[in-house]
Amino acid sequence: MRDFSYLRANSFEEASSAAAMPATMLLAGGTTLIDLAKCGVTNPERLVDITHLDGFDAVTVDAEGASIGALAKMSRVAADPSILENFPAVSEALWQAASAQIRNMATIGGNLLQRTRCAYFRDPASFPACNKRVPGSGCSAMEGVNRGHAVLGTSQACIATYPGDLAAALVAFDAIVHLGGRKVAIDDFFLLPGATPHQEHAIQPGEMITAITIPASVAARHSTYLKVRDRQSYEFAAASAAVGIELEADRETIRDIRIGLGGVATKPWRARAVENALRGKVLEPDIVKSASRLAVEGAIAHGGNHYKIELAPRVVERAILKSGALA
Amino acid sequence: MTNQITINLDINGKTHALAVEPRVTLLDALREHLELTGTKKGCDQGQCGACTVHVDGRRVLSCLTLAVQAEGRSVTTIEGLSAPGADLHSVQSAFLEHDAFQCGYCTPGQIMSAVACIREGHAGSDEEIREYMSGNLCRCGAYPHIVEAVREAAKVMS
Repeated sequence: MRDFSYLRANSFEEASSAAAMPATMLLAGGTTLIDLAKCGVTNPERLVDITHLDGFDAVTVDAEGASIGALAKMSRVAADPSILENFPAVSEALWQAASAQIRNMATIGGNLLQRTRCAYFRDPASFPACNKRVPGSGCSAMEGVNRGHAVLGTSQACIATYPGDLAAALVAFDAIVHLGGRKVAIDDFFLLPGATPHQEHAIQPGEMITAITIPASVAARHSTYLKVRDRQSYEFAAASAAVGIELEADRETIRDIRIGLGGVATKPWRARAVENALRGKVLEPDIVKSASRLAVEGAIAHGGNHYKIELAPRVVERAILKSGALA
Repeated sequence: MTNQITINLDINGKTHALAVEPRVTLLDALREHLELTGTKKGCDQGQCGACTVHVDGRRVLSCLTLAVQAEGRSVTTIEGLSAPGADLHSVQSAFLEHDAFQCGYCTPGQIMSAVACIREGHAGSDEEIREYMSGNLCRCGAYPHIVEAVREAAKVMS
């Protein structure tokens, strides 16, 4: 890991102005940043430690919804009683992510900004080509070991999976990312790779995530997060789904349904085609099964990840039936 | 070009002043600067849990924590779990009693994680212990005995 200078920010203004300086990165929990600095993927010249800023770690829930400070730790948000009650999929996505140690370190803002686990991206010494690291240099994953790579939202430049669990739940429930005074819908916050996979977020130099808000909804109260992976714990998703459902008074017709996918796409993925196919329909296994196939409309596999096109709809189907039982 | 900064770390109840480059992790500060080698370096990438210590009473990975970030916090390592000459911590005793290791390299991290796991209230069942201890890998595969040790230590600690 190359050395860097270290600055402890004592105010939001100090952090913002420091963050606008070249080759500067904000340091919160460090679980991504320090890891990638050791891999040689990121080589900041200056780190600005924002963990001593006051007032950015509150978690509040009221009739409007939830507000989660960017510096709140994953473990605390996962265990927050009002998050558990009103946004169970958010809590489940958090406690099924990483390990207890990492959840004690990592912040909510940093969690959103975690980078892909693509082995080629993470190993610049062995694989100089990576369009995400060095624009225009090529991609080793297309023809390489790509079992974990994305099948949705890919481009000819990049098939790297967005690895986060939390964001899959947040995209289902229309969360808003607060960048100081600027608000960005979470679906717009994450960018598709297209020809510019090195640009992953709508965040601009000098901006920092200050909070996430999630609007209250009946669907969010009746939600769950289903994560399927190669080992039972401490592993990234092969495919995951955050699903929330609101039923009509007849207890069987779907009034509202929200579906976010993880582990299969280049960004947190909203499965709107499945939602549209099920809104107004009866929550019944055969109907759910056929609608769930729409989750992978337009999916493109690159060999090793072909199984995800079969797996993702099954995960969606199971998650819908599970959350339907909660509704 | 040296870029050293002087920091004060509170480790196991004692304050240590040391000069380190900002890039020095808490793990390297403990092992290389303070000769506290009980905390182990396994993967050094946040994947194995061998470097687990407590910061302000919560278990964290010292390999992904910069030493400078631990300034002003209270750090506990395996050396601080029980005083020299005093009785072992009940989790340490349980690991001995249940033969919860083979080579022992992951053991300090396992024990620090287990102490926190029990304190957090996440040792209520074997299933819960396995989930909340999943951040600590054991290449020897001593998991069944580790679960036993944590289960039994939880009874003693409660």
